[in-house]
Amino acid sequence: MVEGKKSINFLKAMLYLLPALVLMAIFTFYPLIDTFIISFKEQYDNVTGAYSSIGFENYQRIFSAGNQFVLCLCNTMVIVFASVPVSILLSLLIAVALNSIKPLQRFFQTVFFLPYVTNTIAIGMVFSIVFESHQGLANTIITSLGGSNVNWLGGNIQGVTLGNNLFNPDNALFTPQWFTSMIVLMVYIIWNSLPFKILILLSALQSIDKQYYQAAQIDGTSKFRIFSRITVPLLSPQIFYLLITSFIGAFKEYTSVVAIFGEGAQSVGHRHNMATVVWYIYDKIGSSDATEMGLAAAGAVVLFAIIMFFTAINGYVGKKRVHY
Amino acid sequence: MDIRLVNLTKIFADKNSEVRAVDNLDIVIPSGKLIGLLGPSGCGKSTTLYMIAGLLEPTMGQIFFGDEDVTNLSAEKRGIGLVFQNYALYPHLTVKQNIMFPLQNMRMPKAEILARTQKYARLVGIEDLLDRKPKQLSGGQQQRVAIARALVKEPKVLLLDEPLSNLDARLRLQTREEIKRIQRETGITTVFVTHDQEEAMSISDEIVVMKAGVEQQRGKPQDVYEQPVNQFVAKFLGTPPINIFYGKVEKGGLYIGDELIGSSNLEDQEVNIGIRPEGFEISEDGTLSVEVKQVEHIGRDTSVVASNKNTEKETFRFIVESGVEVKEHTTIKVAVKPNKCYVFDKIEEKRVQ
Repeated sequence: MVEGKKSINFLKAMLYLLPALVLMAIFTFYPLIDTFIISFKEQYDNVTGAYSSIGFENYQRIFSAGNQFVLCLCNTMVIVFASVPVSILLSLLIAVALNSIKPLQRFFQTVFFLPYVTNTIAIGMVFSIVFESHQGLANTIITSLGGSNVNWLGGNIQGVTLGNNLFNPDNALFTPQWFTSMIVLMVYIIWNSLPFKILILLSALQSIDKQYYQAAQIDGTSKFRIFSRITVPLLSPQIFYLLITSFIGAFKEYTSVVAIFGEGAQSVGHRHNMATVVWYIYDKIGSSDATEMGLAAAGAVVLFAIIMFFTAINGYVGKKRVHY
Repeated sequence: MDIRLVNLTKIFADKNSEVRAVDNLDIVIPSGKLIGLLGPSGCGKSTTLYMIAGLLEPTMGQIFFGDEDVTNLSAEKRGIGLVFQNYALYPHLTVKQNIMFPLQNMRMPKAEILARTQKYARLVGIEDLLDRKPKQLSGGQQQRVAIARALVKEPKVLLLDEPLSNLDARLRLQTREEIKRIQRETGITTVFVTHDQEEAMSISDEIVVMKAGVEQQRGKPQDVYEQPVNQFVAKFLGTPPINIFYGKVEKGGLYIGDELIGSSNLEDQEVNIGIRPEGFEISEDGTLSVEVKQVEHIGRDTSVVASNKNTEKETFRFIVESGVEVKEHTTIKVAVKPNKCYVFDKIEEKRVQ
């Protein structure tokens, strides 16, 4: 009897899940697997579906010296490892500050949350105006303080670049111009990712029992120790969640680059010098050369593997460090 | 070191209303004693405790630790240990780290921190649990850790907020003995807050009964129980609670309805008469007739639920020895023991006899 009931329940469950499963199979699972397969098809023709043989040629091509993909991978890594820690740290500090003020708390919460409900492209356009290389707001402020125009987004030959001592202009990617433009991109990405993080951390902060802080106060705990020994550990599940999701998000960075630097993803110097891996994938999908679809697929698989790797590391570290 | 509260007042005000949580409280807490602040919820007892701790700022009045005025001193400078109602143990730290935490703030040498941690873990009996997280402990064990954490700084005053309210009945009995023992061993001036009169009476050297922010009575538990100053204190102390009857004084006699139950030297007037449950005696010579509704045998003695048309509530309860035979649904005669019978003023509810 019970066995029969169980199998009927199972069938019922499958029936309810069917619509979602069918749609996901067509639009998620099939493309996922197909991408994997295409990445190994050499000379794969996007239109006819013909290919010469199965092998690693696509991977060899994207990793060959001078290929755009390597540059994109470098940019992506820089974005991930600079923007994620900085934005989490900043949002943590802002959330703690917001939580500790009483007057106008709601107002500031709204202010900090506004970018989240604003279109990424729109904010990108604002940024590209603020950091415009001739008359932008940033340059206006700098020149009024006695500095000279900075060639933030490229296009101003007279403009100066930053990091001239750090980077050689003859470098393949890491030129002073690249560094200057990357600053703008970082500011934008971090700015854009703050609201969500602040929201998550602030709500977590507000649910921490006030008595922990009272107990700490009675014991004469310093502000810094309260932050590092009580607040951060108690927020660690949320910080960990943000770390994983922002890692994945930053690896897939695309919109921000296009919003600021346009579809070519470049400031002056090398072509596509601000491009990311996802930009590369889109670029190769849209390529006029039909056989470049294989490169896009290989790029996507590499990105997938990298994200898997870092998520696994995060998961491993998280188990040891996060207190639930 | 004794603690003195002088005209201590706390007013919680918002736009529309203000609440006098604590009103002109004057208490002296003698050095090395265990004092229970007792009252129903909302009577200001926790507020008082938090003001002593320095977590709340008094609206008016002063707090002295010994001769030192600590009213404007911040919590960490007062040298107190506080045990919170839900313990507030840091969930991400082990028991050992929790107990060490206050000492690490004081930048004490590591060896001494460990020695003290050991000492107080042993005092409260948790030395085998040092590597566990608070979640892995029972309520009673968490309580002990919280006490150890409060004591490890060797504060001058130990404050406990409803220390037993989160424990089950059996553990409560055990823990209250434990608190008493720890207090005796350390000799620390201890103030604790509770709404449970049995808890307060059983371990306190002195109790302070509070109502609506005002001190009602202070003294040794047994004295307060036997000589309550007003009807509130009489009703608040004792389980089962005291029974209130509507009565009168007439020509030197004390009456409930028309039945004479004792004598009085008061002028003729209407009064409330409070009689403790143990103040009744079933006897043929008794003058008060009551109707027995229900008889409950609870082992050591027998609890009788009875009614009389002059009681404040519909029924009242009294206790007789377990050997005494009482039949349900009969009317019996009872006598009232004069020393268990209190007479209260009808309006102000002050005790007049």
